[in-house]
Amino acid sequence: MPTLKIDGIEVEVEGGATVLQACEAAGIEIPRFCFHERLSISGNCRMCLVEMEKAPKLIASCAMPAGEGMIIHTNSDKVKRGREGVLEFTLMNHPLDCPVCDQGGECDLQDQYIAYSGDDARYEDERRIVAKEDFGPLVKTVMTRCIHCTRCVRFADEIAGVPALGGIGRGDHMEITTYQEQPFASELSGNVVDLCPVGALTNKPYAFSARPWELKSTETIDVHDAMGSSIRADARGREVMRFLPRVHEDVNEEWISDKTRQAVDGLKYNRLDQPYIRKGGKMQPASWEEAFEAISAKLKGVKGDKVAGIVGDLCDLESMYAFKGLLNDLGSSALECRQDGAKYGGRHRAGYLFNTSISGIDEADACLLVGTNPRKEAAVLNIRLRYLAKRGAIASVGAVENLSYPVEHLGDTVQALENLLAGKGKFTKALKAAKKPMIILGGGAVSHPDGAVILKLAHDIADKYGMISADWNGFNVLHHAASRVGAMDLGLVSDKGMNGILDGAEKGDIKLVFNLGVDEIDLSRLEKAFVIYQGSHGDEGVKYADVILPGVAYTEKPGTYINMEGRVQKAQRVIFGPGEARDDWTILRALSEKLGSTLPYDTIAQLREKMQADYPHFSNIDQVPNEDWPKSFGVAGKTSDVPIANLIDDFYQTNPIARSSKVMAECRQAYEGAKFEAEAMVTNG
Amino acid sequence: MNISVRNAETFEFTPENLTWAAGQLAKYPASRKQSAVMPLLTKAQEQNNGWVSVPVMEYIADMLEMPYIRVQEVVTFYTMYRQKPVGKHVIEVCTTTPCWLRGSDDVVAACKDELGIGFGETTADGEFTLLEVECAGACVNAPVIAYKENYYEDLDNDSTRKFIKAIKNGDIIAPGPQTTDRHKSAPEGGPTTLKEFCATPGGDS
Ligand code: SF4
Ligand code: FES
Ligand code: FES
Repeated sequence: MPTLKIDGIEVEVEGGATVLQACEAAGIEIPRFCFHERLSISGNCRMCLVEMEKAPKLIASCAMPAGEGMIIHTNSDKVKRGREGVLEFTLMNHPLDCPVCDQGGECDLQDQYIAYSGDDARYEDERRIVAKEDFGPLVKTVMTRCIHCTRCVRFADEIAGVPALGGIGRGDHMEITTYQEQPFASELSGNVVDLCPVGALTNKPYAFSARPWELKSTETIDVHDAMGSSIRADARGREVMRFLPRVHEDVNEEWISDKTRQAVDGLKYNRLDQPYIRKGGKMQPASWEEAFEAISAKLKGVKGDKVAGIVGDLCDLESMYAFKGLLNDLGSSALECRQDGAKYGGRHRAGYLFNTSISGIDEADACLLVGTNPRKEAAVLNIRLRYLAKRGAIASVGAVENLSYPVEHLGDTVQALENLLAGKGKFTKALKAAKKPMIILGGGAVSHPDGAVILKLAHDIADKYGMISADWNGFNVLHHAASRVGAMDLGLVSDKGMNGILDGAEKGDIKLVFNLGVDEIDLSRLEKAFVIYQGSHGDEGVKYADVILPGVAYTEKPGTYINMEGRVQKAQRVIFGPGEARDDWTILRALSEKLGSTLPYDTIAQLREKMQADYPHFSNIDQVPNEDWPKSFGVAGKTSDVPIANLIDDFYQTNPIARSSKVMAECRQAYEGAKFEAEAMVTNG
Repeated sequence: MNISVRNAETFEFTPENLTWAAGQLAKYPASRKQSAVMPLLTKAQEQNNGWVSVPVMEYIADMLEMPYIRVQEVVTFYTMYRQKPVGKHVIEVCTTTPCWLRGSDDVVAACKDELGIGFGETTADGEFTLLEVECAGACVNAPVIAYKENYYEDLDNDSTRKFIKAIKNGDIIAPGPQTTDRHKSAPEGGPTTLKEFCATPGGDS
């Protein structure tokens, strides 16, 4: 633990820390371009120069390990002149086009120039120009502005695991580019926009649409996957202009997936902005009153046990709670959230949570993936698995896809799991040797026809290979639906599952189905039933609806979500919904009044109070639960040899918002259905 | 992502070169085989008529399990990997300050005149490519031309012409100083110090 003196302040830092980190520990800000906490050290921009006594020259503090007894000056004349010099050199080849640059107002170079530059630039010669590169549909490139910090290159290598970027040429001719003008085909590509300290890489779909100072920022939570990534939504007027990641060390660190960031235009298109009623086979616009009237008239002749309710992937807890209240009051108990046909039940919470926790992956040293492509189901979580792949072995059962790290493939049928349990195969050795092994069941595993058997096998494998101990739970279900854990907690599961309800509707046992945002299944099977669809987008769900109630999207309502770890998080309203659309729970509350059994709350505060009384753990905001490990779950049984497939085919098209987004459609095209097929390459990162 | 736009042409080491490459790879631990990228590229360039094409880069990258872009970085960083086809004979003229002070302008003029091409160009018959290079590291014998593995030194206009004409006729002039009688970079007129250790001028050291 070296002790340094920085500008007269004595600080002690961890061994291995750099001088730059020591300066920060002393509360002194050091300007930088190339250094980034989460990337390897490059030391090429020289902006972080400080003076070290006894050293003949200024040192790059980001690359200098802190040593015992160092005496550092960060505000001496020499340092000041050094910084001025560096900035002057940096600007030699940087165009002065801030007025037409999208980074303007949030540019590191602009900010640091104002803070640390000397006089006006003396450079009078020609500047270099770099022809446009193309990084694909999401990242706009103006490479003349690039200052060669290589943050984007290191990100691609080390975080995204897609070594597509590089710096070709040398000296004055160096250019950052992709190989042979291919797009940067990563589901995390948008993050380079945040990393780029200048306006070389900017957000393409958002280009020239707003200046940062016009935007109103709201801190909220993402719903495009079940991670519950922390995001910031920037809105201007009644439109969300963009999403940016917020730091949440235990969830998304500071990254978000391209879907989280760029499906934003999906919030503008295909919106349901008023109620509709099907009249004579055609959907006709209606008033709320008429819509409620139609529902209430229909319900008169239908018994409670002939009513079913299904909930989709993007619902918040509040609306699901109200939904459950309403349907229970109608006498229905056929409530279901597992639209992918997952076989886990609601009895044991540990049986459907990502128990290890997302940050817990950092402690694991071996991992078995079953029926999952984490790259598509939880793109940001996959970053931690890439790191795990460097420490320990990762094997998979199921379809083989490129996960951006090497994976040992054990087979694609349930048999492979039975073999593991029987102690057969090489990978059992790795599991036995591991101190903290984990198993991850993806959507493809739990929704497999033998999903229940897989759950049982996974449970037993977890037991057998020491995945469960006092301070470690290595059993994980990887969800992709933001609403799923909350819905499971609320008990929105019925014995026969989603299929049972669809069968019932086909046979006529179920006469009325209330659909709260279900769009991912074959809803034509509901044809015979009377269907009420409540949701935000005119996607699959509306096609077979008889009444449509316009709800709002996740940015337009306050709501609580529980992520796959069981972490309860609150999302905020960023803007108001379009037209007649209303917060979902208020629609249900209003409908309940019409139906004569008013739900017992008038405000969201009252609803939450009631909900938390019923489900006390909903008030543990941002905490990861530690659930008891049950003796058993799933069912033992014979298995078929139906291969375990992955659930998500196209990363960019997983929900109504993404499907409504033109940008996501472009990505789908650019990346050929986003199969991310290329070989996983070894990198030096 | 390395979905390459593969060119129609392909590249593969000859069996001899493949054996040679295996020898290079053996110098490094298996997990560090990328270290062999530069010698392998050089050999591949040699085999590929003096330049590194896209298939060459991808062949070497695949062999070393490197991302394609990493190999492209290497190829574009070092000027001795050529990214465009070159003629059979590549004449590299040094024009850095010491050579320039000692008359590289004359050497350049002779080359351009004899070959009828400028820097970076190749003759129509595909025989010659003329390149301008930075210091060849032989300033003591400036001005200098590098050709194949050898240096032609102490050049002037006439000797340069002679050198090129010889190549055209299928002869190769002996490398080394062309206009002086000195031995390699020893002083003109023979050594002035350490005489007893020196080999006879003109002889093999
Ligand atoms: S494009 Fe941006 S992030 Fe990448 S090297 Fe250039 S300045 Fe750095
Ligand atoms: S931040 Fe230290 S050299 Fe760039
Ligand atoms: S300057 Fe020509 S060899 Fe050095």
